[in-house]
Amino acid sequence: MIPLSWYLLLSATLFCLGIVGFLVRRNLITIFMSIELMLNGVNLSFVTFAHQWHLVKGQIFVFFVMVVAAAEAAVGLAIIIAIFRARATLAVDRIDLMKL
Amino acid sequence: MVIFAILAPLTVAGGLAAVMLRNTVHCALAVAVAFAGLALLFLQLNAQFAGFAQILVYVGAVAILVVFAILLTRSSETPATGVFSKTWLTGLVIAAAVFAVLAWAVLGSRTALPHEQIEPQIAVAQIGYALMGRYVLPLEIVAVLLTASMIGAVIVAMYEKGGAK
Repeated sequence: MIPLSWYLLLSATLFCLGIVGFLVRRNLITIFMSIELMLNGVNLSFVTFAHQWHLVKGQIFVFFVMVVAAAEAAVGLAIIIAIFRARATLAVDRIDLMKL
Repeated sequence: MVIFAILAPLTVAGGLAAVMLRNTVHCALAVAVAFAGLALLFLQLNAQFAGFAQILVYVGAVAILVVFAILLTRSSETPATGVFSKTWLTGLVIAAAVFAVLAWAVLGSRTALPHEQIEPQIAVAQIGYALMGRYVLPLEIVAVLLTASMIGAVIVAMYEKGGAK
């Protein structure tokens, strides 16, 4: 039997990898993938606790997170394509129209 | 135990490669590996519903969408100015701080419940009953959200001929 904390540490590792990708990458699509990685890391925590307590709620929450992530993926990638069409770049330091 | 020892490094390696690789297409493939590893971990945790939903939604749909977006935006070409931002050190420090806090919280907490449980494992049928019973209103709301986001995505990405941008 694997201790609960191992799964939680793996979840934290994935979340932090997502943070690293979100903060250090320049490409908008890679940043988007990092967000998905963070969402997945949190899902692993939910599933771990659902397994530990034998509750349905955890998996239902995972389901809702996945649905919202799918909606976010559709709209986010559409926005990325629209930005590329308008600016011809996806480097976040060059998409600074709203920067003061 | 053995399965976790195989899957956990695979998932972390996929995530690490997704963050570190220079070619965006390779990043997308690496993140798909991480998604698949997570799906197998879900299955190992007796969460069949979450595991198969993960395979369908992430490995099936999101990974393909990301690859489509990469190819549509020609971002697979590595830019000459580098793939990492100038303030990458700050990002690493922030992520390390977050990981330190999370690891401290996880390792500092007691084990909540003993592993021996009398209750049976969660069956997919139970999730179905819960979704159709107690959680039917959130289910309807996310259905509306999905429809709205699909229409919104089509409108945002639609190519406008001439006219106002």
